[in-house]
This record gives sequence, C-alpha cells and structure tokens, in this order.
Amino acid sequence: MTNIHPTFAYLAAAALMPLFVGSWRNRMLIAVAGLALLTVYMLPEGASVGASFLGYDLTLLRVDKLSKVFGYVFTLNSVIAFVYGYHLKDARQQLATLFYIGASMGAVFAGDLITLYIFWEVMAVASTFLILARQTPQAYAAGFRYILIHLFGGLVLLLGIILFIKGTGTTAFTAISPDAPGSWLMLIGVLINASAFPLGSWLPDSYPEATVTGGVILSAYTTKTAVYVLLRGFPGWEILIAVGCFMAVYGVVYALMENDIRRILAYSITNQVGFMLIGAGIGTAVSVNGAAAHAFCHIIYKSLLWMSAGAVLAMTGKSKCTDLEGIRRFMPWTFALGLIGALSILGFPGTNGFASKTLILQAVAHEHMSWVLIILEAAVIGEVAAMGIFLLSGIKFPTPLGKVGKSVITDPPRHMLLAMGAMAVLCIGLGSMPEILYSILPFDTEGFTPYKLGKVVGQFQLLAFSALVFFIMLPLLKRTDTISLEVDWFYRRGGRLFYRIMDRCLNPLNAAVDTGVARSVGRFAGFCRDLPVRIMSMIVSIASPAGEQSIVRRQYVTDALKTGTFPVGGTILAVTVGLGVMLALVL
Amino acid sequence: MSHTNKNKQMLWVLLAAVCAASLGLEFVAAPEVHFSFGHFFGFNAVLAALACAVLILIARGLGIILKKPTDHYDD
Repeated sequence: MTNIHPTFAYLAAAALMPLFVGSWRNRMLIAVAGLALLTVYMLPEGASVGASFLGYDLTLLRVDKLSKVFGYVFTLNSVIAFVYGYHLKDARQQLATLFYIGASMGAVFAGDLITLYIFWEVMAVASTFLILARQTPQAYAAGFRYILIHLFGGLVLLLGIILFIKGTGTTAFTAISPDAPGSWLMLIGVLINASAFPLGSWLPDSYPEATVTGGVILSAYTTKTAVYVLLRGFPGWEILIAVGCFMAVYGVVYALMENDIRRILAYSITNQVGFMLIGAGIGTAVSVNGAAAHAFCHIIYKSLLWMSAGAVLAMTGKSKCTDLEGIRRFMPWTFALGLIGALSILGFPGTNGFASKTLILQAVAHEHMSWVLIILEAAVIGEVAAMGIFLLSGIKFPTPLGKVGKSVITDPPRHMLLAMGAMAVLCIGLGSMPEILYSILPFDTEGFTPYKLGKVVGQFQLLAFSALVFFIMLPLLKRTDTISLEVDWFYRRGGRLFYRIMDRCLNPLNAAVDTGVARSVGRFAGFCRDLPVRIMSMIVSIASPAGEQSIVRRQYVTDALKTGTFPVGGTILAVTVGLGVMLALVL
Repeated sequence: MSHTNKNKQMLWVLLAAVCAASLGLEFVAAPEVHFSFGHFFGFNAVLAALACAVLILIARGLGIILKKPTDHYDD
C-alpha cells in the first residue's frame, strides 16, 4: 500500500513528454496511465495527506470507497483512451489531456473545498484545449463559449466556498447542509459542470466540436467529477431528483431531434447524468451505490460510443446522420462495437448498463417514488429511440456512401479497434459479472442481484416494445440537416444583441465625446499659443501713444516675439509688472 | 420483391416475434411492478409503447419550432 497521489502520475508524464518522441511518447502515456490505475488500487482506504495554505488546512488526498470508485474508472478510461489515441502526435492535445485527467483525479481525491476548487478550475482550462485543438472556426467559437460558461460556474462555486468557509470556519469537503452559508451557490456551480438544465447547453455545443480523441476524453471527466461532488457533498438534496428527472427526459428529446451523431451522444450524456443526479438526490446507501455504479458503467459505454463515432469521423470526415447512411458496410467492426455500447446504454440485460441502472431503479422503488420511476423508465425508452437513430444511420438502405467506394472508407486503425474492443469487453464483462462492480461500491450491496427473471423479462418488454414503436413511427423521425435551438440561444443571440445595442448607443456617444474633446483641446491650444501675444499686447498698450490701433500693436508684438527683438523698455515694464504681481501675492 | 424489401420484411417479423416472446415470458416470470396502476398483463409493454410514442411526438413537435438551418448562428 502507498500514499502516492494518482495525480502525480499524470503530472510526471507531462514533465517527461519532451524526453519522448513519436510513438514512444504514446507508449509512455499508456504506461503512465496504467501506473495511475495501479496507484489507485494501492491506495489504502482511510489514507490522508494534509497541508496548510494561508492558515487553512488542506487535505490533498482523502481515500475512501467513493473516491476510489471514481479513481478506478477515471484511470482505467485514461489507459484505454491513450490506446485509442495512439496515432496522435499533437503534443498540445496530449498535454491538455494529462492536465485534465490529472486535475479530475485531484478533485476526486480532494478532502477540502479549496483543493477541490483549484483542481476544478485546472480541469476547465485544460479541457478547453481539447476543443480548440480541432482548429476549426466552429471549434474556436465553441471553445470560447465553453470556457466562459465554466469560468462563470467556477466563480459561482468559489463564491459559495468562500461564504461556506467564512460561515462555518471549516474547509472540509463533506456532506453539506442546505442551511449552510453558500451551499446553494456551490450547488449551482457544480450543477453547471453536471450539464444540468438550464445551464447545460455548453455540453452539446462544445463536445461535438472537439477532436476525435478529445471527444472521447471529454465525455468521461467533467460531468462525472460533478456527479462525484454531488454524491459526496449533496446527498439527499431533494431538488436533485427534480433536476435529474428533467435532464433525463430533456436529454433524450433533444437527442431525438439531432442530426450529428456526436451531438446525439452529447445529449445522451445529459440524459444519463440525470439518472445519477436522482441517485444523489435520494441519498440512501442503495441510491448512492446506484449513482456511483452508473457513473462507472456510463464512462465505459459512453467512451465506447464516442470512440465509434470518433472512428467514423476520423475515417470519413463526417458526423452527420444524413451523410453517413450505410456506413456499416464499410466499417463493420466499428458498427458492431458501437452496437455493444448502444445496448449497454439501453440497459440491455447482460451489459453493464443493466447492472447499474437496475440499482438506481431499485433505489427509487424502495422510496416508493412512482412518478420518478415512470420518468426514468420513459427516459430509458426514449434512449432506445435515440440509439436507434444513432445506429440506423449506419444500416440504412440504400447507401449513398457506396458511391465513394469501399477502398476509401474502412474500419479505423488497429489501435482504435483494440481500444473499442477493450471497452466492449468491459461492457459485457461487468454486465455478466456485476458482482465485480458491486464489490468496489461505497456501500455493501447486500447480495443484490439484477438478474432476477422478473426484472429481466420486464426490461426485455420495455426495450422490445419501444423498439417496435420506434420503427413504426420512424417516418416522423426523418433526419434533417439542421440544428436545434437550445438555451445557449439566449447567450449566443443575446450576446450579439447586447453587442449591437452597445454598438448603437455607445459608439455615437464615443464619437460625440471624441469630437467635443478634440475641439476643446484645439481651442485651448490656440488660446495658450496666443497668450504671450495677448499679455504683451496688453502691457505694450500701456506705453503706446493714444490712438494707435490695437491690430497694429498686436502685429508689432507678434513680430517682436517671433524675432526675439522686444524693446528693452517693454521688457523692463513686463518684468516690473510681474515682480509687482509677485510682491502683491507675497504680501 | 427486391432483396432489400425482403430483408426489411424479415426484420419486421423478427421484431414482432421478439415482442411476442417478451410478452409470453410474463407467464413464466412476471416483471416487478412498483405502481398501484401497473398490475395488469403487459404493463411494461404498454408503458414502453406509450412513452416511446409520446417522446417521439414531443420531439417532432418541438422540432417544428426549434429546428433551424445549420448556418443559423453564422450571420
């Protein structure tokens, strides 16, 4: 057993990057991620590493079963994601990935709110680079919106943390009471990262714009770190049940409207995180187990789905359903592995999705929340339709892609297929042997088994009949080359409207002020330039003969000042008058 | 009948058979029911059919209002 923080593995890899080039760097990344997984395994429960910062006690490492569940799946996913990205030569993406995953590990093992916040912000910044790395105008714009939303969420969280620490005098990150100062602000900050409505549209806006490997990595960490924080800090907050129910349905309805396969998957994340929020909101041992198990399984099958969508994007350069009809014929392995991911997300018996979803449904049933259960089952059913659309684009007849030719489009390179295969094995392995998953959950599952015949039959009925209705109503779901307006409309359009209003109001005002100031300064400069002439004309007029015209006198003074040939008498007079004024002031 | 149409017909038959089989299995092991209104044969099948239809109709209806061309934000 050891107390080495798993984040160190990722930071060490970042430091070692300049020493490795080409595929050796990719091998090093896979090895280091494997080492991080081993480090999590070696961490003894109850271990803690503390420090002091500005008089506050920090707990940089706090190990218990809840943090270890997330630690396991974060590191496991990183190993397989680095295998998937074995072809990658872009050091910026690799570095961003290391900091992003390392920071998420730091957040999960943080025992105090200050440490949590620091890693939270590092995650936001590092993940932005995975979006920007695609280097398209859409990616730049989406990345900009992404970081703005996350910085806003981070500031709300920070404000909540400051109020909490000032009010309670403790920095410890444990279960937070709704009455504690700043607790609601902290909740809002965390919910933004969980992609909760109405501040969750950043997810379908940004993730589909990320790079092929960036999308795979992004899908796993930000929202699930938020779920971890909710399970740790906000268990039993009933508002999470309502938010989760809404997310579960909203995610699926939007997924049904989408045309881009990666946007379908992005909305599907929101839908699935809704399940986890409900688990956190119920707050019992079974529900927390269910949410943690579902986060674990979700990361695996969702990564698999993002990998298959990424493989299609990498091989065809396309991600719209309308452009990909019939792709299954050219990428059979990608399609088959994606199908396993889709069956897992639907909770098909024998897959890991079934093992984790039944735990959450069991927790809801225990609490006799009939309507929550109905909504969750409806969300599962809706997911059937969403995954139907995701897969159907690949098997649709006829196949316009056939015109492109099989020689052009094939399955992706072997390392990508290997990574997808590993995820598929985990989907089926954990689904058929759920006791492995249950053994690492925070609370004892007390012999719970999802494989009671009644449960399996019920799930089969749900899936079979929703598939039947989906195919009957398929003409209503014809894909169109469109986007669907979201809450981000308010800040995307609203931002432009604000700019235009400011442009119309402030720019004319600015121009008027500019003109006014320029004129005033010009006049003042002219006045200052003429001042010596005016003063000297006044003085000279005293000694001038009566009747001499002022214009003649002024011309005489101007010429004298220009040539420096002022008569001595005038000068003496000016000096005398000046001295007289000074004397008068002194006296 | 073309090869594609034959395949489609076979898939429909297969799907109907799976649905019928899942209903038939209810005689072997009844699904757990957690609702006071759910104690009738084929409740899960009815729930799935209704929920799927409602969600598709909601998505279809919202799509009329919310779907915009891909260059909607480009101007």
